[in-house]
Amino acid sequence: MASYLVKRVLMALLALLIITCVTFIIMNLVPGGPFMSEKAPSPEVLAALEAKYGLNKPIGEQLINYLKDVLRGDFGVSFRMQKNRPVIEIIQDLFPVSARVGLFAVINAVLIGIPIGCLAAYNRGKVLDSALRVVMTIGISIPSFVVATLLLILLSVNLKILPGMGLTDWRNYIMPCFALSFYPMCYIGRMTRSSMLDAINADYIRTARAKGLSSGRIIFKHALRNSLIPVVTYIGPMIAYLLTGGFVVETVFSIPGLGRYFIQSILNRDYPIIMGTTVFLAAFVIMMNLVVDILYKVIDPRINLSNGGEA
Amino acid sequence: MEEMANKKLLKVNDLRVSFFTPAGEVKAVGGISYDLNYGEVMGIVGESGSGKSVEAYSIIGLLQSPGKVVGGSIEFEGENVLEFSDQRMRSFRGNEVSMIFQNPMTCLNPVYTIGNQLMEALTCHDKAVTKRDAYNRAREMLELVGIHDGDRRMKQYPHELSGGMRQRVMIAMGLICSPKLLIADEPTTALDVTIQAQILELMKDIRKKTHMAIIFITHNLGVVADICDRISVMYAGKIVEQGTADEIFYNPSHPYTKGLLKSMPRVDADEHERLIPIEGTPVDMLNPPDGCPFGPRCEYCMKICLKHNPPKAELSATHNAACWLLTMPNKEETEND
Amino acid sequence: MKKKNIMTLHPDVDTILKMNEPYIPRPEDYERADEHEKEGFITKAKSVSYWADAWRRLKKNKVAMIALCVIIFLVLFAFVGPAFTGYSYSMQMRGEENWPPVWEKPQESVLRKAETDGVTFDPWKHVLGTDNLGRDNLTRLMYGTRISLCIGIAATLIVVVIGSIVGSIAGYAGGAVDVIIMRVTEIIYSIPDVLIILLLSTAIKANLTEYINSHTGWWPEFLNTMGGNLVGIFITFGLIYWVSMSRIIRGQVLMLKQQEYVTAARALGASSSRIIRRHLLPNCIGQLVVTACLQIPSAIFLESFLSFLGMGVSAPLTSLGSMASDGLSGIYTYPYRLIVPAIVLSVLILSFNLFGDGLRDALDPRLKK
Repeated sequence: MASYLVKRVLMALLALLIITCVTFIIMNLVPGGPFMSEKAPSPEVLAALEAKYGLNKPIGEQLINYLKDVLRGDFGVSFRMQKNRPVIEIIQDLFPVSARVGLFAVINAVLIGIPIGCLAAYNRGKVLDSALRVVMTIGISIPSFVVATLLLILLSVNLKILPGMGLTDWRNYIMPCFALSFYPMCYIGRMTRSSMLDAINADYIRTARAKGLSSGRIIFKHALRNSLIPVVTYIGPMIAYLLTGGFVVETVFSIPGLGRYFIQSILNRDYPIIMGTTVFLAAFVIMMNLVVDILYKVIDPRINLSNGGEA
Repeated sequence: MEEMANKKLLKVNDLRVSFFTPAGEVKAVGGISYDLNYGEVMGIVGESGSGKSVEAYSIIGLLQSPGKVVGGSIEFEGENVLEFSDQRMRSFRGNEVSMIFQNPMTCLNPVYTIGNQLMEALTCHDKAVTKRDAYNRAREMLELVGIHDGDRRMKQYPHELSGGMRQRVMIAMGLICSPKLLIADEPTTALDVTIQAQILELMKDIRKKTHMAIIFITHNLGVVADICDRISVMYAGKIVEQGTADEIFYNPSHPYTKGLLKSMPRVDADEHERLIPIEGTPVDMLNPPDGCPFGPRCEYCMKICLKHNPPKAELSATHNAACWLLTMPNKEETEND
Repeated sequence: MKKKNIMTLHPDVDTILKMNEPYIPRPEDYERADEHEKEGFITKAKSVSYWADAWRRLKKNKVAMIALCVIIFLVLFAFVGPAFTGYSYSMQMRGEENWPPVWEKPQESVLRKAETDGVTFDPWKHVLGTDNLGRDNLTRLMYGTRISLCIGIAATLIVVVIGSIVGSIAGYAGGAVDVIIMRVTEIIYSIPDVLIILLLSTAIKANLTEYINSHTGWWPEFLNTMGGNLVGIFITFGLIYWVSMSRIIRGQVLMLKQQEYVTAARALGASSSRIIRRHLLPNCIGQLVVTACLQIPSAIFLESFLSFLGMGVSAPLTSLGSMASDGLSGIYTYPYRLIVPAIVLSVLILSFNLFGDGLRDALDPRLKK
């Protein structure tokens, strides 16, 4: 167990390192620097600015310097968007906003998605199953911005029952949370349905039936726990994504969260913010993957973490 | 006990089961009848696809779509199982009749401990039983099936046990409610030969201790030889021969039974005696022909066999077989064959 | 026996009645049957080829067939449609700005503008109205659908090619090569893909545009006609999404590698590339087709996402995502400009998903009945 954890953490750190380097390089491939905006500064000012932030050095050196800084916990300061404010502070400011919306979305997706999937699987081949399948397929086919904008038009513009912008009131959360969770909810539903069907056809379910258990007990005790195993793999990264903000949903509902800020930082070439957000999100996703692997052990006793855990 | 002996435990009458597949109706069981006394052990022998498992599933109500009972009746202690409500069926399964399956590797739920699954079989029928009692009863059952370190095993997960061990656990689970009938669906097929022998010994032992009726389903005549009182031989959804174990082994009357016996290795056989396989493949169950389904593979096949279904011929009070050969006017000739 | 009346319309019940009587055998019935008679007794099941069988099952799946029809309709809509509207996606018509769709009444200002520019208002001239630059919305919708379809298919082709090459190499070579490739895919899997896609597409798009502008020759010319940002999106998708495809192919290859016919081919001296081409790929074609079919909607999905955030297809070219993005700014006055492309986009993705599901069910040999 311990050696497995060490191995996994090392792998995670390696992945994080690679992501950091790749992001850094990609970012620098984008022509035009952070200071090349509408009113181009004079060459002297530009040179001075670049020297100040170390942008005049070769890219390899810049990367190494950045990595050193990150190891010290210093993610640099914003170049443009909130000039000279430490990136860490900005993330600390914005992450809770995204996380609040995301948390509700996660709860929504899991608490509705899994029961819907079970319901469909249990009624396999009946009308309810077909109806739920269609709804779930529609759910994974509609991009979140469509859901978000349609909700906005219907509930906010036409019916005027929910506020369309900001995050001042609990009613502000309803639409963003729903828009954000609709896709993962349907995805989880589909996944639960198919893994539930696999479980229902398994021999141990026949044994449970032969014992004379009630259908509820068969589904909820024997089939569900087995069918949750693949679902958990998806839920891990999903939590990371939802908590760190839907890029689109935050844009549509003008929510001042991390996702929207990231998009703006790319458009503005605010390097430290791009880097900081990417490293933060990547670390979060990788950590959630690790948590999922450990959760596996809890759900499925067959997985033995000491020898790889990939089985 | 004496009164009970007159009353049958199980009466299956002209049971017909079909599977409704997109390609058409498959008559998996085409009208079989037999009955079973209290404490009697009956073997049902037949090759894969002969309908023997399907028949057993319909007794315990485990038949799943697209399978459906289309005719006949199954009476258990005078009640028709086919007319049971869901509620009654649940209290019937596991409690009055229990079943063990072919593949012990996949029949136990991998995510729960042995103890949990054993105790569940008891608690779901007897709500009044305490956890303590259920635990003791489960351990007692493990002891009965030859697992002596019950306390340790109860805490283990199925994947930590060997195939033979798991089958023992399955048997313990089947016995825990002291059912009147145990259906064993090929309980030894998926196991190693040495383990097979152990499980067979165990079943014989249990039979002696519990006096429970057993339906023992297998494709291997050798397995049922010394555990069964009576044997039914099934082919293509029909019982082709039925009799006591002695009658089947020493006086097989249906060519299929004869073929089965000839294809079975025997320790006491002459060194030069060869095993004779039954040639050909089983009949297509989607479009079963009118005649005897074994006809094309039968070495004595006659013209009538391909046109009409053979009637059941009574050979003794306990022995019957469905074959045109037995109805032949000059019967003496063939018997000497 | 009763004589049969040949002219009667009554059914011949005699034979039907006989069905219930037990048959009394005659002596000749006890003759031995010969081999020929025995053979005729067994009706042989027809053997159906894999594809014929899959097609039969697919045809039975109504949802998938409807989805297929919708896909065909949308393809025609996107590629043939513009010929009927008579406009181009970038044609700006003076005096016809902000015309409403047929189901809405035009605003005063629109009519006045049309009058000053000497155009008579005709609601049927622009069925879905025009945008603020006087471009026909229906034509733009058709072009948008075309771009979305092209991106979906082209990105999928790239994914299939990279994925099957890498996957079959990993699976076939095994050993260290396999380990390295699998580690790389694991890392790509753990990357938050949306982040990298946002970055990559920006980087590639900007570099391509610069390259096209600063170079001459047939290749930049070609890229330019393709649209620099479109190519950027293809490459981005290709770079990230080959991973799942390669894993599927690798799994198949590993499974097939164990089979005798591959050993036999190798024993006959076939080269590795021949074995991959002739023996391995044809056998994983089923999974390949299904994965590819489900990759198309996800590529369309991602493109619309990028375009919606303003990082995908750029003006004057349009895609369904960027149309929706444009519509967002006027959501209060012209909601249909958002709703219409959004619905077409959703229907497009939905049809591909439903069809892909149907295809998977049809091609999955485990579900064979």
